[in-house]
Amino acid sequence: MRDVDRRTRVSRRIFLRGSATAVPAAAAAAAGMTVTAESAWAQAAKNLKPQTMATLVKAARDTYPHDRLADSYYITAVAVYDSADPTLRALMESGVAMLDAEAKKRFGTPYLDVLSETDRVSVLRAVEGSPFFKKLRGDLVVTLYNQKPVWVKFGYEGASADKGGYINRGFNDLDWLPEV
Amino acid sequence: MAQFDLNDDSVVCIVGSGAGGGTLGNELAQKGVKVVILEAGGRYEIPDFINDEWASFAQLAWKDMRTTSGKWRVARDFPNLPAWIVKAVGGSSIHWAGASLRFQDHEFKARSTYGAVQGANLLDWPVTLQEMEPWYAKAEDKLGVTGTNGIPRLPGNNNFKVLAAGARKLGYKEVHTGNMAINSQPRDQRGSCQQIGFCFQGCKSGAKWSTLYAEIPKGEATGNLEVRPNAMAIKIEHDARGKVTGVLYVDASGATQRQKARAVAVAGNSIESPRLLLNSASPMFPNGLANSSGQVGRNYMRHTTGSVYAVFDKPVHMYRGTTMAGIVRDESRLDTKRGFVGGYELETLSIGLPFMAAFLDPGAWGRGFTSALDDYSNMAGMWIVGEDMPQATNRVTLDAKAKDKNGIPVASVHFDDHANDTRMRDHAYRQGAAIYEAVGAVRTFPTTPYPSTHNMGTNRMSANAKDGVVNKFGQTHDIKNLFVSDGSQFTTGAACNPTLTIVALAIRQADAMTGMMSRGEI
Ligand SMILES: Cc1cc2nc3c(=O)[nH]c(=O)nc-3n(C[C@H](O)[C@H](O)[C@H](O)COP(=O)(O)OP(=O)(O)OC[C@H]3O[C@@H](n4cnc5c(N)ncnc54)[C@H](O)[C@@H]3O)c2cc1C
Ligand code: SF4
Repeated sequence: MRDVDRRTRVSRRIFLRGSATAVPAAAAAAAGMTVTAESAWAQAAKNLKPQTMATLVKAARDTYPHDRLADSYYITAVAVYDSADPTLRALMESGVAMLDAEAKKRFGTPYLDVLSETDRVSVLRAVEGSPFFKKLRGDLVVTLYNQKPVWVKFGYEGASADKGGYINRGFNDLDWLPEV
Repeated sequence: MAQFDLNDDSVVCIVGSGAGGGTLGNELAQKGVKVVILEAGGRYEIPDFINDEWASFAQLAWKDMRTTSGKWRVARDFPNLPAWIVKAVGGSSIHWAGASLRFQDHEFKARSTYGAVQGANLLDWPVTLQEMEPWYAKAEDKLGVTGTNGIPRLPGNNNFKVLAAGARKLGYKEVHTGNMAINSQPRDQRGSCQQIGFCFQGCKSGAKWSTLYAEIPKGEATGNLEVRPNAMAIKIEHDARGKVTGVLYVDASGATQRQKARAVAVAGNSIESPRLLLNSASPMFPNGLANSSGQVGRNYMRHTTGSVYAVFDKPVHMYRGTTMAGIVRDESRLDTKRGFVGGYELETLSIGLPFMAAFLDPGAWGRGFTSALDDYSNMAGMWIVGEDMPQATNRVTLDAKAKDKNGIPVASVHFDDHANDTRMRDHAYRQGAAIYEAVGAVRTFPTTPYPSTHNMGTNRMSANAKDGVVNKFGQTHDIKNLFVSDGSQFTTGAACNPTLTIVALAIRQADAMTGMMSRGEI
């Protein structure tokens, strides 16, 4: 069977245009970025505090954790929140403040510094019904999974009409079952 | 291409250009009848279609406001998206997968076959399979349905191979790649299926039948058909004698226009059609047009659906090739020993990663959910299509508060499963999982119904005027030059996808209407 090459193709074109989205996903992954407020992409946020940016990325991964996905995809997914819209910004800043308050209550540190995923998830569960979390989760379903480089990681090939369909590209190449 | 005057009252005005309206429009035009189709959506041709689930959804789907209530999960997960259908020339025949099955004999006689089912508003159709057979034959020929008219079935894709191997192991007999309105070889000036895999996003090879390119251009070529896109019908008007005289609509510029007509046919799909009739209430018809029975909007059906996805330890790549060319028919039989009346079909289904994330378990998050997606490329999937019970309380009404951009009350859709629906779905979930487990599934996922793709019953057919909205030709009992031409005519839903029946009824209706016109009845 024809499977899908899921390796990340690293491009050398790393350019920082001063916004989180300017970090090409593959480049960020290659640079081995970790999620801290000191990271260049967090510092480059225009409207949100770097700490807020970093916390959102962490919370995004904790909500939809895929060990095969580098942080860069989660960075891209939450980049939309670094918005000039004051209502959206306020929702995100107050939402992160809420996460931090809950984390401090339970574990004595802000969300970002809670070491175990299970503990961080317990914080998210506690705020699951909040408008902040509902928005974050609802948006991520699209902003995370609708990234084309993410599709490759899951073996989904996307558009096919431009390649002549799958008629000669494995629509019926499954070979591990008896033919019926 | 024809262009008719707004004051030309010799035209038949059809609302909606989908499976029902688009077919009726072409059929009438072929018979020399002048037709204006008003279509709320825009006109996109094959090159405009997008092989990308969300981008295509943004392009084609009906996204105007609707509201929901009831115990169905859709009301919680997608409160403003009760149905996943199209707003564009061609209607949902752009989205549809192409599965084209005939009703079985007993399915036209649900009330007398199943008896009185508590809480269900069952009724026999005023037509029989025998009466419908010639029209089904014409519809199958028009659609080029595989497995009929000597047309070979489609080749099975990977998703089908898994379904078929599992079903055979379980002892199911009627397992094949379906009766599909998809060309397996060139036919009707359209090419054959390239196994593109985006059947729901509009078939970019044109192999799949759609009114957009298989009916409407033929009608236009006669000079008798005009399709007006971006024309949202808001009210059907009538005269002092209670005959309809034309349709008010809002055009692309936002201006209100009046198209006069000798007859009006409503084909806006089962949510918008009753909405339009209800919004057309007048002093003479205070409960809405054609609603003396009180049945307009009631008996909303959506099939007992659901999906089963399964993960294997080897790759499947189910998204490659036809979305729905694969079926297990054995469970559609009449057999009440299973604990429910009616039956169901199991059909292959695949959705891409973006839609899988949105629909596998709406609202779910965390590792339990993401570990399922991690195995996306090793997944196979199927869809359940079962007969659901019509219930008077499952209903499209006008929302008391919400209005659209034209100031017209929006449709509100209320739905609760009947106990029979739930028992059937649970049975289908078990059988679906067993099929996949028989060939080594590691995990199976019974998946909640999506926003409705099959919408039926809200202007139902009845022999008796007090039981329904239209007669056996889709002509309203109350107003003889007002017709219903879409799935809202369905008295009951049967265990099969609705479109072949919608098309067969539309061909038959065109024949009946021209007869009525030539006899001077309308
Ligand atoms: C994803 C998907 C897959 C499907 N697969 C299958 C399948 O395999 N087999 C099958 O049998 N069926 C399938 N269906 C169902 C099938 O598409 C419908 O049954 C069929 O298209 C319904 O025909 P219709 O004429 O009732 O409505 P539609 O085809 O939806 O057409 C209605 C049209 O009316 C327009 N309209 C509505 N209100 C107004 C108004 N007020 N003014 C002007 N225009 C208006 C709409 O914009 C729309 O274009 C599928 C549907 C979907 C969404
Ligand atoms: S799989 Fe076939 S029918 Fe479906 S979109 Fe592709 S060419 Fe069209």
